[in-house]
Amino acid sequence: METLNGAGGLRAFLRGLPGVDQVGAEERAARLATRSVKTTAKAEAIDLAISMVDLTTLEGADTAGKVRALCAKAAHPDPADAAVPRVAAVCVYSDMVDVAVRSLAGTDVKVASVATAFPSGRAPLEAKLVDTRAAVAAGAAEIDMVIDRGAFLAGDYSKVFEEITAVKEACGEAHLKVILETGELVTLDNVRRASWLAMRAGADFIKTSTGKVSPAATLPVTLVMLEAVRDYRAATDRQVGVKPAGGIRTTKDAIRYLVLVNETAGPDWLSPEWFRLGASSLLNDLLMQRRKLATGVYSGPDYFTLD
Amino acid sequence: MSDRLAVRKTYKLFIGGAFPRSESGRSYPVHDAKGRFVANASQASRKDARDAVSAARKAFGGWSGRTAYNRGQILYRVAEMLEGRRDQFADELRRAGASKQAAAAEVDAAVDRWVWYAGWADKLSAVAGASNPVSGPFFNFSTPEPAGVVAVVAPDSPLLGLVSVVAPVIVSGNTCVVVASEPAPLPAVTLAEVLATSDLPGGVVNLLTGRRAEIAPWLASHMDVNGIDLTGAAAEHVRGLEEEAAGNLKRVLRPGKDAWPDDPGTARMTAFLETKTVWHPVGV
Repeated sequence: METLNGAGGLRAFLRGLPGVDQVGAEERAARLATRSVKTTAKAEAIDLAISMVDLTTLEGADTAGKVRALCAKAAHPDPADAAVPRVAAVCVYSDMVDVAVRSLAGTDVKVASVATAFPSGRAPLEAKLVDTRAAVAAGAAEIDMVIDRGAFLAGDYSKVFEEITAVKEACGEAHLKVILETGELVTLDNVRRASWLAMRAGADFIKTSTGKVSPAATLPVTLVMLEAVRDYRAATDRQVGVKPAGGIRTTKDAIRYLVLVNETAGPDWLSPEWFRLGASSLLNDLLMQRRKLATGVYSGPDYFTLD
Repeated sequence: MSDRLAVRKTYKLFIGGAFPRSESGRSYPVHDAKGRFVANASQASRKDARDAVSAARKAFGGWSGRTAYNRGQILYRVAEMLEGRRDQFADELRRAGASKQAAAAEVDAAVDRWVWYAGWADKLSAVAGASNPVSGPFFNFSTPEPAGVVAVVAPDSPLLGLVSVVAPVIVSGNTCVVVASEPAPLPAVTLAEVLATSDLPGGVVNLLTGRRAEIAPWLASHMDVNGIDLTGAAAEHVRGLEEEAAGNLKRVLRPGKDAWPDDPGTARMTAFLETKTVWHPVGV
C-alpha cells in the first residue's frame, strides 16, 4: 500500500477510495438478516455472542456499586449456570476503571474505558491525552476513543489522523478502539473513509457509535466497516477488529451481526478478539434465549438481574 | 347499476394494540354451523404467544397502576362500544349457529356481564381486602393486588363465554393473553376491534386465534406468565397444562368450578389476585 505524503496525500487517499453502493449495501444487509439460525447453531451463536459482549454502562449516574454489580455479571452472566461463557469486557468511564479492575481481578474479563472527552470528543488534545493516560494508568486494557467528527466533516482529515496517532501512543500496551460515530457521518462513503483513516492511524478496533447518538449501530454501516477491515488486511496483513455498539438489544439482532461478520469479513473475525458487541440490555436477552433452548420453556425477565 | 363488490374482512390476531397476522403466516378455515366456509382466521404460533406475553407484560405496569375507578370507566366504555356493534355481533353469532333470538339474547347478556364486571373495579379491594385486628401497636391491612400476566384459554361460546373469562381477569389490573374459541373465533376478533377503539391501553388484552392444543402448553409453561385460566381447555389436556403451570407456581383456574354460564360471582376475579398485607406502626 502506498505511503501517505502529508495532509494532501491522506486526503487524496481517502477521497480516492471507491464509493459505497448504498442501495446495494442496505439490500445485502437486509438479505443476510433473513438467514435462519436455529437449534444447535443458535445455541453456538448465543454462546459466541455472549463471549463477544462488551458489557457497558456509560451513564452520568454510574456509581461504584453499579460498576461492581456489572463486573460480577460480566464474570458470571448466569450465576445458576456455570456453562455460560463470560463476556469479553466491561466498558466504563475512565474514573470507574479502578473500581472495575479491582472487581474483575482474577477473571479473564478485560476492562475497557471510554476516553477523549466521550461522547462528543469536544476537548483540547491535551485533555484527551490526559484522560487516556489516566485510564491506562488505572489499569484499562482497552481504550475506546471518539474521533473529532467536526474536523472529519470539515475535511480536516490530518487533524483526525494526528489525534488518533497521539492517543494510540498514549495508550501504550492498551488496545485502541476508535469510535467513528457513524450516526453523525451522514453517508456510507464517509464511514468507509473514516474506517480507513482510523486503521491507517493505528486503530486496533473500529467501533460504530457511542450509543449516545441515534441512529447507533446499523447493519449496513457495520457491513461497510467489515469490508474495510477485510480489504485492509488484504493490503497490509494487519487485522483490525470491529465493534458495533448501541441499539443491539435482542438475540435476533446479535445473530444477524454474526451472520454479517461471517459473510463479509470471514470466519477469522468470529472471535471476541476481533469482533465485539457493545451493549447492556442485550446480555439479558441472550441469557433468556439460552435458557429457553436449555429448558424448552420461555423464560422471563424476573429470573435475571436488573441492570 | 352494478352490484357492489363485497368488502371482505381479514381476521387477524390482536397483540399489543395492533392487528398482526400470525408470524407463521398460517391461517385456518372457519365454518358456520352448517359446515359452509365463512372466513380464514389466523392460526397463531408459539412465537405469537411469546410476543403476546411480552406485550401483556409491557402493558401491566400502566394498567395495574391506574386507579380502580379509571379502570372501571374504561371497561364501561368498552361496554358502550359493544352496544354500538350489537348487530354485527348478532350476525356473527347467527353464522356460528344461533337462532336470531338466541343471538340477540347472547349479545345482551354479554354486554350486561361486561358492565357487571366493570362495576367491580373499585369495589374489589373493599370486598377482597381487609383491615385486620392484630395484637400490637400496628394498623394492619390487606389489599388485593393483580397477579400480573394471565393466560386465558377461552371456552367455545364465542361471545358470552369470552366476555365472561376476559372481563374478570382485567378488571383487577391484570393483563391477559387469550386463546379464543377454536371453532368460532370470529366474534373474538370483532371484540378485539371493540377493545382497540375504546381507551383500553394496547397490550392489556391480547387475542390469539388458532389451535388451543398447540398454543396453550407454551403459555402454561411460560415463566413470565403469572396465572392461567383453563376454562376452555379440553378435559384431556387440563392435567398436562396444570403440570406445566407448576413450573413457576402459576395461579390456575381449573375448568368446571365457577362455570361461566352461571350467574357470575367474585371467584373469577379473586382467582388472579394476590394479597398484600402491610403492618403500619401506630402511636410511634
